[in-house]
Amino acid sequence: MSEYTTAQTQILSFIEARFPQASIETGQDIFSLGYINSLFAMELVMFIEKTFGLTIPNDELRIDNFRTVEAMADLVARRSVPVSVD
Amino acid sequence: MTVVGVVGAGVMGIGVAHNLAQSGYETVLVDIDEQILTDAKAAISRNCRLSRLMGGPALDPDEILGRITTAVGVEALAKADFVIENVTENWDIKREVHAELDRVLSPEAVVIVNTSAIPITRVAAVGSHPERVVGVHFMNPVPAKPVVELIPGFHTAQETVEVTRQLLSGMGKKAVDVKDASGFVSNRVLMLTVNEAAYLVHEGVATAESVDEVFRGCFGHPMGPLETADLIGVDTILYSVEVLYEHYADSKYRPCPLLKQMTDAGLHGRKTGRGFYTYDNKG
Ligand SMILES: NC(=O)c1ccc[n+]([C@@H]2O[C@H](COP(=O)([O-])OP(=O)(O)OC[C@H]3O[C@@H](n4cnc5c(N)ncnc54)[C@H](O)[C@@H]3O)[C@@H](O)[C@H]2O)c1
Repeated sequence: MSEYTTAQTQILSFIEARFPQASIETGQDIFSLGYINSLFAMELVMFIEKTFGLTIPNDELRIDNFRTVEAMADLVARRSVPVSVD
Repeated sequence: MTVVGVVGAGVMGIGVAHNLAQSGYETVLVDIDEQILTDAKAAISRNCRLSRLMGGPALDPDEILGRITTAVGVEALAKADFVIENVTENWDIKREVHAELDRVLSPEAVVIVNTSAIPITRVAAVGSHPERVVGVHFMNPVPAKPVVELIPGFHTAQETVEVTRQLLSGMGKKAVDVKDASGFVSNRVLMLTVNEAAYLVHEGVATAESVDEVFRGCFGHPMGPLETADLIGVDTILYSVEVLYEHYADSKYRPCPLLKQMTDAGLHGRKTGRGFYTYDNKG
């Protein structure tokens, strides 16, 4: 499994652990489901930073980066790749 | 420059201090020990960082914390123009704090009581200036909630009400005027609902998830009553229901034993990481 898919799986299981009734697809807007609100977005930030050992910079702390499992995995991938300086 | 003291750095004190500093007020946050204040500053910093994510403005944590000083003990509030008291929902604790505030504050200072259910008149009677004491029932999370209940006690002066309304407006809050009665409007209804929802779980009629799903799905509430309990603090729910029960001497407010057990077990909700639900972080 690629790191990207692993990240998706981890994020998905974190969401499903909190919302057992949910069946969420990776491209689905979780905030449109009706039971996930911005308080949970805060928990997602904490979870992602802890699990993937990274700090999300302030300009990335936008709700759009947390709408879908894919967007979150993208964010993790962006933050994990060392920035090339040239 | 208006100086505002905030007593109690728990769930509400953290939000009130953050909101005041965000609105440009010089804020002094007080609690009973240094560690609580250190944790409170960390929580405010984190909440500022996440402000935009929660639908608020982008905030610089250092700038906000720059307007907040912290101190152990209310002596630090001698120069405050306003004090917003947010200590534990327990009459003995509130009484002691208001007696201390009465000794320390300037006689002109306005004392704002933030309580879930304790009558403002009762709190105001502790000190020697009941005309300067007024109730404001803030909502949680404070910076995100634009409406509060404003509750004059029996002896509260009209001027006290008006300067408080101005302070609230400076904090971005609209005040709904409510008369002094235990629980005011909001908690007279909400606490009964949460207590009854806890009974449903206690009796095994439904799980917490199902109770909340009914409220969200059938009634369109953004949050169910038990998620709300976790946000407020399960201990604070219990204390508030106990205040209502005692005040009205009415058995309809009898506290659910599950709330008692959860409070004893430290399952206080988000603030301790576990309540009706489990949280990944304290928040
Ligand atoms: N939690 C809510 O959603 C909510 C909403 C509106 C109003 N309220 C009311 O606000 C008040 C505070 O509630 P909370 O949820 O923040 O409670 P909390 O338990 O999170 O915090 C209370 C704080 O008061 C401090 N404290 C206790 N004794 C003190 C003293 N002598 N001097 C200074 N600090 C002292 C405690 O150390 C603690 O940090 C209560 O009266 C509650 O009913 C709570």
